[in-house]
Amino acid sequence: MSAFDIAVVGAGPAGIAAACRAAENGARVVVIDDNPAPGGQIWRGEKSEPWIERFKRSGAVLERDTAVDERVRQRGAKLILATGARELFLPFPGWTLPGVTGVGGLQALIKSGLAVKGMRVVIAGSGPLLLAAASLARSKGAVVRLVAEQAPGGRVTGFAGALWRHPGKALQGAELILTLIGVRYDAGCFVEEACGEGQVEHVRVRRGERAWEEKCDLLAVGFGLVPNTELAALLGCDLDSGFVRTGDWQQTSVPGVYAAGELTGIGGVEKSLVEGEIAGLAAAGREADAERLFSRRASWKRFAARLQSAFALEPVLKKLAREDTCVCRCEDVPLSELKGRASWREAKLQTRCGMGSCQGRICGAATREILGWGADSVRPPAFPTKVRNLIESKSS
Amino acid sequence: MNGAAPDVLIVGGGIVGAACAWECSLGGLKVMVVEADVPGSGATAAGMGHIVAMEDSTPEFHLTRYSQIIWNELVHEMPAGVEYLPCGTLWVAVDEEEMAGARRKQASYLGRGVPAELLDARQLAEAEPSLRSGLVGGLLVPEDSALYPPVAAQWLLTQSGAEVRRGRVVSISDSGAQLEDGTLLTAGIIVNAAGAMSSKLMPGVPVTPRKGHLVITERYPGFLRHQVVELGYLKSAHAAGGDSVALNVQPRATGQVLIGSSRQHGATHKEIDRPILSAMLRRAEEYLPGIMDLVAVRCWTGFRATTPDKLPLIGPWPGTQRVWLATGHEGLGITTGPATGRLVADLILGRTPAIPAQPYLPARCGHA
Repeated sequence: MSAFDIAVVGAGPAGIAAACRAAENGARVVVIDDNPAPGGQIWRGEKSEPWIERFKRSGAVLERDTAVDERVRQRGAKLILATGARELFLPFPGWTLPGVTGVGGLQALIKSGLAVKGMRVVIAGSGPLLLAAASLARSKGAVVRLVAEQAPGGRVTGFAGALWRHPGKALQGAELILTLIGVRYDAGCFVEEACGEGQVEHVRVRRGERAWEEKCDLLAVGFGLVPNTELAALLGCDLDSGFVRTGDWQQTSVPGVYAAGELTGIGGVEKSLVEGEIAGLAAAGREADAERLFSRRASWKRFAARLQSAFALEPVLKKLAREDTCVCRCEDVPLSELKGRASWREAKLQTRCGMGSCQGRICGAATREILGWGADSVRPPAFPTKVRNLIESKSS
Repeated sequence: MNGAAPDVLIVGGGIVGAACAWECSLGGLKVMVVEADVPGSGATAAGMGHIVAMEDSTPEFHLTRYSQIIWNELVHEMPAGVEYLPCGTLWVAVDEEEMAGARRKQASYLGRGVPAELLDARQLAEAEPSLRSGLVGGLLVPEDSALYPPVAAQWLLTQSGAEVRRGRVVSISDSGAQLEDGTLLTAGIIVNAAGAMSSKLMPGVPVTPRKGHLVITERYPGFLRHQVVELGYLKSAHAAGGDSVALNVQPRATGQVLIGSSRQHGATHKEIDRPILSAMLRRAEEYLPGIMDLVAVRCWTGFRATTPDKLPLIGPWPGTQRVWLATGHEGLGITTGPATGRLVADLILGRTPAIPAQPYLPARCGHA
């Protein structure tokens, strides 16, 4: 018998919301996360987040620093997956130079103490995360030279115009823009190459026929997010176009297993929260309460769809890698060795692409974008872990 | 159709099928290989890639040593991706009884012309510092090695010039190899090199799958220098039935550590079996305590093609005119693939093999 009614994997917005709603309704809930503090990627280290305060009062138990694998299914009678998303990296010449990070990575580095005061920063890629990263970098004294948004200006303005439907978002966006006074925000351009001797020193930015150089000490790139579906796949949950397929109650194809947040579709904090709430309520047997949230969920899903189409990646971004550009960082595999491979399996077996510590989480998403095939199988553990953690305790 | 039917149709593009294709093509035969998936993606990808001379029976010694000699010529022509690592095998003794076994083993190797060096406790600790203290000694067989088999299999296939066709064979008979989609592929000789699947294609072939687990870590250059195997390994490998685990750990050219081994009869699902995986890792810990703190990136399973007498089936299948077998290599298919290919080509072309072929002939199974 499980000690808990509900086990939640992931302590980001979706997992926290699910745990709160379930625990507040009397369920015994454990939240399992491999990070030292709750909040996930988005609320990392933010002390004043109301949901985290609410979580602390909810009665749910937090298990931190815990290696997560498919045995998590035995931790609760029901299981809610809220494993979130990671950044999508598209390879371009120079992307592996020191000083080049993801936009989420830059935010995480700054929050964990990286001093950026006086550093020249270029932020490039697509979507609202660029603004969030630029805002944070600037607030810590960085000189943000340019925010290069790949989506054409018309698409970005259209999206901003639609924000009135989502007042919370509009406010957030406006605050960001205010913070950013003085920062150059250019739509319809992208970084095509990062250059430097042993460290990024400048980037080449391109808009159509025109290309120019921007000097910088840091380049943060963000091309969007990829859902962390590995654990769901190991548990046998059906996927649909790369995301976990869920029904009205956020239930997956595996009985007793629910999924909420980015792994059902990239959509941001609010979609994650409402899906988490629905999953938590449904798993706790409060279907009627969950149903009252359906319209809010539908609204945030529409927002997510608009976000996706406004910031859809231009095809040119998938053609920036040259023959010698590294695609698989763990195993140092250049594009030339991957072109012409028929499948992820063949690429893996013949080039070691995806065989290193990331297990295809980074390069497998990149090859899907640039070569049309990507990581299609998951082997345990869901996340790299010490050998001792693979062993079952003798009592079990 | 690409002209006339091939002289030889090989069913299975693993290391054994690829070696058969290579040797038959070298012998001037027209070869086609039919493979259900990516070449080298079955047991060839799942196994360790240990090239090891085994001395516990004369036929096993002949095939493994002969193959090792062929490998030593081949690897120098192969691309760097084959990750050839001349690491040797270190057989480890935990007590005096096993040390006596090591001495017998050394005498057997030396008597057959294979270098083998006895190590006392101190020499063992110097040779492999990650081993725990308190071990009695060991036997170092320096000419053994390790490599990455999928790249080797692909190289053999490509270099052979054989036509490689994607297709899932469902049955093999004198009339040809029947594909899932209904196509019938014909040839002068059809070689069943489908490994653990070979009995599915030809009921009556005495090959059963024997499941194994492996774990690979991140890169820890220097953690392990040799393929380290416990002297009790043969008890596990040759146990008639039941499940067993034994220490068999390999350093990869990348610095990664590959941890085995387990053997299960009757398990047909690909999923990890936690109890046996746990037993296997605890066994490794008994010898290499530090292994528990290495970070594992991947666990997987595979199926060995096992025969009742633990020797492979190489040659014509009695009761047929044109169907041959090249299967049943158990846990030694990477080692013995090249010699198998050489034997198949020798027998087809009427050449005299360098080693006696008789012990491996399928006729020994008494098939009507």
